Amino acid sequence: MGEAIAFYTIAAFILGFAVLVVTTKDTVHSVLFLVLDFLFVAALYVMLGAQFLAVIQVLVYAGGIVVLYLFVVMLVNLKRPPEAHHDPHRRSKLGMALAAAVLLELAIIVASGYARAASPTVPAAAIPVSGNTEQVGWLLYTSYLIPFEIASMLLLVAMIGAIVLAKREL
Amino acid sequence: MIDRFVIPLLKILVVLNATLVGVTYMVLLERKVIAWAQSRLGPMRVGPYGVLQPVADAIKLMLKEDITPRKADRWVFTAAPIISMVPALIVYAVIPFGPTVRLFGHDVALSVTDINVGLLYIVSVASVGVYGIILAGYASNSKFPLLSSLRASAQLISYEVAVTLTLVSVILMSGTLSMIGIVNSQYNARVWFAFVQPMAFVIFFIGGLAETNRAPFDLPEAEQELTGGFHTEYSGMRFALFFLAEYANMIVVSSVATTLFFGGWLRPFPNVAVLHFLDIVPSWMWFLIKSFVFLYIFIWVRATLPRYRYDQLMRLGWKVLIPLAIANLVVTGIVKVILS
Repeated sequence: MGEAIAFYTIAAFILGFAVLVVTTKDTVHSVLFLVLDFLFVAALYVMLGAQFLAVIQVLVYAGGIVVLYLFVVMLVNLKRPPEAHHDPHRRSKLGMALAAAVLLELAIIVASGYARAASPTVPAAAIPVSGNTEQVGWLLYTSYLIPFEIASMLLLVAMIGAIVLAKREL
Repeated sequence: MIDRFVIPLLKILVVLNATLVGVTYMVLLERKVIAWAQSRLGPMRVGPYGVLQPVADAIKLMLKEDITPRKADRWVFTAAPIISMVPALIVYAVIPFGPTVRLFGHDVALSVTDINVGLLYIVSVASVGVYGIILAGYASNSKFPLLSSLRASAQLISYEVAVTLTLVSVILMSGTLSMIGIVNSQYNARVWFAFVQPMAFVIFFIGGLAETNRAPFDLPEAEQELTGGFHTEYSGMRFALFFLAEYANMIVVSSVATTLFFGGWLRPFPNVAVLHFLDIVPSWMWFLIKSFVFLYIFIWVRATLPRYRYDQLMRLGWKVLIPLAIANLVVTGIVKVILS
């Protein structure tokens, strides 16, 4: 009961801040609501018993990536009149169609998730270490080694790409 | 009932109040030590040897007019000092001041809480503190605070990398992220980690100076270039909050350095029975003594070293400290594999 109340309160805050992120006029305020949103997502992780994930969520998203967003937002000129934001080439209908497709896809995933049996998870007894962080690390370096390495490869490529773009002559 | 609610609340009360009093007296200590370093007396008028100076300062700051510039972003301007103060205070939740002791018939652990990701919690909460500085500069809508806040946040982000890498090598040594676990593993290893990880400790301390915006890395507050820094437009108690947050962060860095590298609450040579008489000093006192030494070094450095230039600061961070921290981490890993 208490857990349900906590969950729905946190979920309401997450959705509320998410709406504020896209509706707020001031871009800096919008970024700040995004930070609050990430913090509440971290709270959700704590409720699920995933303390490691919660702390990493705050460290990487709230504390790291959004700071870069803020930098970008603060450094570009935002004090333009509202009509300057109006883009004549905007394809509103295409956007609506894409958003509807994503919504449908999400609905199908959720619906089929209820219908299907829970996916087989690694039994806790198979993991020779105890503790939240240790178990995440163990799984990342055994069962999920290849996806993990591919993800790090992707980040490396992105970093090199950024350096190449930033430095005209190397 | 008492164990679940009353004791934790009392602990929070004691730790928060002790921190705030400590922070205000840190300001006095800094003024005094710098005065002595420059052959002056420092504050002498309020109370004997100026010991009541923090009280007078607090009254003055609270009575001052609270100004919000007309062109400021009002909400963000108000939130910025709070955002920089709160992370500095909630970090103390995981810092262990001593082992579990028996008080009035209850077993009381001398830390507010012990979570299994304690060290990561400190790093992540500290990373949120950057927002206070960035937002203060942005919301003031004035050029010097904005320049200063961009400097400060670039500095913080750069040095955070090196500091976090040194923490990883400590985690490799201890095998746990819990702060209490790290102290216990130093007891079991029979050595303070500062002696097995001297490089990590030096990088951590330099990074700590930079992350708290202290001399010689106090470029965000360089008066000659930026008038006052990111808090130029703030007055009264809001200005004081930024000031207190900086000192609270200094205490955090000192306590973390004590816990990770100097055995936390352990007395020197805790495994040597001959030195048993050292136990006459209680464990939390050892913690405070060690932290105080670091705080003194913070002030000492400020009184001694000139300020870095901004490009030198960035070069030191990215081209010296980060490669050294990575090399240290790799060597630690290799040695650990060979020994195991």
